[in-house]
Amino acid sequence: MSTVAPVGDAALPAVLDEWEPVIGLEIHVQLATASKAFSPSGVAFGAPPNSLTDPLVLGLPGTLPVFNRRALELAVRLGVATSSKIRARSRFARKHYFYPDLPKGYQISQYDEPLCEDGAIDVLVGTRRMAIRLQRIHLEEDAGKSSHEGATSHLDLNRAGVPLVEVVTAPELASAEEAAELMRSIHRLVRWLEISEADMEKGQLRCDANVSVRRRGEDRLGTRTELKNINSFRFVQKAIEHEILRQIRILETGGRILRETRLWDAMGGVSFPMRSKEEANDYRYFPDPDLPPLVVDAQIMGAVLGTLPELPGPRFERYQRELGVSPDDARTLVSERPLAEYFEAAVAARRPEAAVGVRGRAVANWLLTELLGALNGDDKAIGDSPLSPASLAELVDLIEDGTISGKIGKDVFESCYASGQSPAAYVESKGLRQISNEAELLKIIEQVLVTCAKQAADYRAGKEGLFGFFVGQVMKATGGRANPQLTSELMLRALKS
Amino acid sequence: MSDLCHLSLVEQARRVAVGGATARELVDAHLARIDALDPRVHAFLHVDRDGARAAAEQIDARRSRGDKLGPLAGVPIGIKDVVVTKGQPTTAASRMLAGWTPPYDAAVVERLRAADAILIGKQNCDEFGMGSSTENSAQGPTRNPWDLERIPGGSSGGSAAAVAAGFCAASIGTDTGGSIRQPSSMCGVVGLKPTYGRVSRWGLIAYASSLDQIGPMTRTVEDAALLLELIAGHDPRDSTSLVDAVPKYRSKLTSGVVAGTKIGLPAEYFGDGIDPAVRAVLDRTISVMRDAGARFVSLSLPHTRLALPTYYLLACAEASSNLSRYDGIRYGQRVERKGASLADVYRDSRSAGFGAEVKRRIMLGTFALRAGYYDAYYRKAQQVRALIKRDFDEAFAQVDVLLTPTAPTAAFGIGETTTPMEMYLGDVFTLACNLAGLPGLSVPVGLTPAGLPVGAQLLGKPLDELTLLKAGRALEQRCELSPRWPDLGEVEGAS
Repeated sequence: MSTVAPVGDAALPAVLDEWEPVIGLEIHVQLATASKAFSPSGVAFGAPPNSLTDPLVLGLPGTLPVFNRRALELAVRLGVATSSKIRARSRFARKHYFYPDLPKGYQISQYDEPLCEDGAIDVLVGTRRMAIRLQRIHLEEDAGKSSHEGATSHLDLNRAGVPLVEVVTAPELASAEEAAELMRSIHRLVRWLEISEADMEKGQLRCDANVSVRRRGEDRLGTRTELKNINSFRFVQKAIEHEILRQIRILETGGRILRETRLWDAMGGVSFPMRSKEEANDYRYFPDPDLPPLVVDAQIMGAVLGTLPELPGPRFERYQRELGVSPDDARTLVSERPLAEYFEAAVAARRPEAAVGVRGRAVANWLLTELLGALNGDDKAIGDSPLSPASLAELVDLIEDGTISGKIGKDVFESCYASGQSPAAYVESKGLRQISNEAELLKIIEQVLVTCAKQAADYRAGKEGLFGFFVGQVMKATGGRANPQLTSELMLRALKS
Repeated sequence: MSDLCHLSLVEQARRVAVGGATARELVDAHLARIDALDPRVHAFLHVDRDGARAAAEQIDARRSRGDKLGPLAGVPIGIKDVVVTKGQPTTAASRMLAGWTPPYDAAVVERLRAADAILIGKQNCDEFGMGSSTENSAQGPTRNPWDLERIPGGSSGGSAAAVAAGFCAASIGTDTGGSIRQPSSMCGVVGLKPTYGRVSRWGLIAYASSLDQIGPMTRTVEDAALLLELIAGHDPRDSTSLVDAVPKYRSKLTSGVVAGTKIGLPAEYFGDGIDPAVRAVLDRTISVMRDAGARFVSLSLPHTRLALPTYYLLACAEASSNLSRYDGIRYGQRVERKGASLADVYRDSRSAGFGAEVKRRIMLGTFALRAGYYDAYYRKAQQVRALIKRDFDEAFAQVDVLLTPTAPTAAFGIGETTTPMEMYLGDVFTLACNLAGLPGLSVPVGLTPAGLPVGAQLLGKPLDELTLLKAGRALEQRCELSPRWPDLGEVEGAS
């Protein structure tokens, strides 16, 4: 068994001038159905072992599969959202191999007639939006889980038969970072579409990676290896970086890459070979005679098209273009659908006169810094926010129209976040309206200059650093309600006169 | 010979319904025959004596209370051992499943129980339904009640022999390439393979899923009509189950209709290779039917010669897949030597659990599905299958039914057929019907000079079982066997 010692990431950039990685991912997503793909057992994570089984899940003689139509609708949703070609009639096929967690001795999957082909998914690498092509998306059933303790093996078939989609990307990811971002995009999209919780820790989203390298300028693809068992976003990047470097090292020392499947060991930060191509299974695919062709009819397409939300990629662009949001904020806003929905509700609730073209900018600031900060502190999700989108919009309006200052705004935010009160009502009741009346402010400024006559003399003698002191005194006298910009202007004029 | 035990199913049910016999009397008479004669025939792998008696007593008690009873109340029915029965061992006549008792009932068993039938036991067959003689049973062969040195046909040989021997009023068989019709022909009983999808396969231990079908094996055509009516119909647990409504076959049967019926005689089914004694019975049958007003039309099913290789490719491919689940891990036989790896356990369990014919078909099917060979074998066979189906479509544009011999020979001797190919050729007339998904009925129409039954096969349009049954009834009325049943000697207490 050959293992390669972990390497520092720092080693990577230099060799990449010469070598080009080529990466494709196979991603499995569990579909959030109530029952299994082909039988009535329930689906749940963490149930007592083998409590979610039935004669079909156990592979008992005489049992037959009946496809769960709900899984089809969820898979079609993903197909439509990735602009895939949806096959009107696709087929289930049997994929054969012997393993104890596969009770029938075959997995019901799709082979040469998959549900979806030729799609694409939006991937945000930093704030760059790129499209990665998807070769196919097909339906299949999950296997059970085996665990081993010494000489004893345990089998839990709760997961066996849970519906999955397998998403296969084209081999066109050029770095481990892009691969990790692709995983994040899939995660975001399937949650966005409400077809899976996609919790990687629960195995609801899993990833295998095909990795090869070639000298830059070379047309031919290098021999690839398949990395299995990479089950966190961080490991996706680490495991692929590790594999890229392992392959480059072998090639640079005159070695040859073996076509093999390697298992990523996250604890050790290494991968080791699982089986070579010579031992590879011949899966003996053939159409499952127990299941008729899978038909996507107008009813299903209608239901999917009628409920498809605007997707993260287009929203990322629109928030920048139409609402004046920065690229970084736009990326964060589309990271999960409830956050984007909250943002849009708040923007929609702003007063009509609010700045056209940048209506979203201040909302995004308040939402992403103040509100998310407060929610994170309370370990709450956006959906549990005590402050409604309308209230956030109101707060932003109060600041932008000068009713209150930004500084007072933070106090208002904190109070309203705690109480759930409307910001406008709170500002009225506490008399927090900003003082923007020149005469009123001048009166206060005169008062301050009288009280602080010595400092005024010092300032006029050249100690200009004292300016902030005077503004602070006005703020103190008004309980922070003085319009800061106007105060500064008037104060400057008063001191110079 | 016991009077009660050779009554038709319809008559047995009628007697219980009107009080002419109790269910307990029926069950006791049949159990007495089984106990006296089955050691010689070996039709049953399991006889549920206690369960049958208890069920019969319940029915009699319900009857005396005036409760409404099901249409098969008190009638003993045997089940081929490839159909699962809750609480009764089910082994598919394989060592692999020795000792396994299913926790659930097949759909057909549920329906029989709902009709108040008595499930008297599980019947011998070729292992997993693979064979044409019942010699491939891990429990040893069944013998033909007409001649105990001969095979009963197969794979539903135990089911056919049991009906002929009066061990049960009817049997539930399964037919993948002739396994209901061929043993029915060889044992002188009526056997119907319904249209594919007509009877739910839920609980049928799969051999070849796209060909398997459950059907009745009975003493009369009317019995077959009644039994089909009760077991047919849509089942949401079988995705290949047909949704079409089930006709009242029995009441629509009336008397056998043949005048004006256009019957096709496919040339390919009357060529060389038919035993002259079988041919003579068929010729006589045709002439009797012509006299009765049937119109015979000679025609051709040109792709018939491809049915045998097509069948064995597809059936073995599906079998190699369906039998993957028998790995010794969750149920059935496990062979685990000290220090064995997982691969060893699989190899050893499957080597010890499966018989030679099952292994042969798994090997053939595995070969046919290998990567790179799929197009040359499996896909090609599916294309030929479509041609075979088209032959039938064209034939049924001209005629109402087709009439052929069910099998090229009458029952042969135990151990007489020694090569697999010789055995496979015995199925040559029954396979195409499964490939095309059509209904097929075998009706006894005569005895050879050696006193062995010969069946005629009627093939019909999809879902047109009624026309088959009507034509079959006419054959039955005009070509009755004499003697009608084999003589196995008198049984004390069995009348």
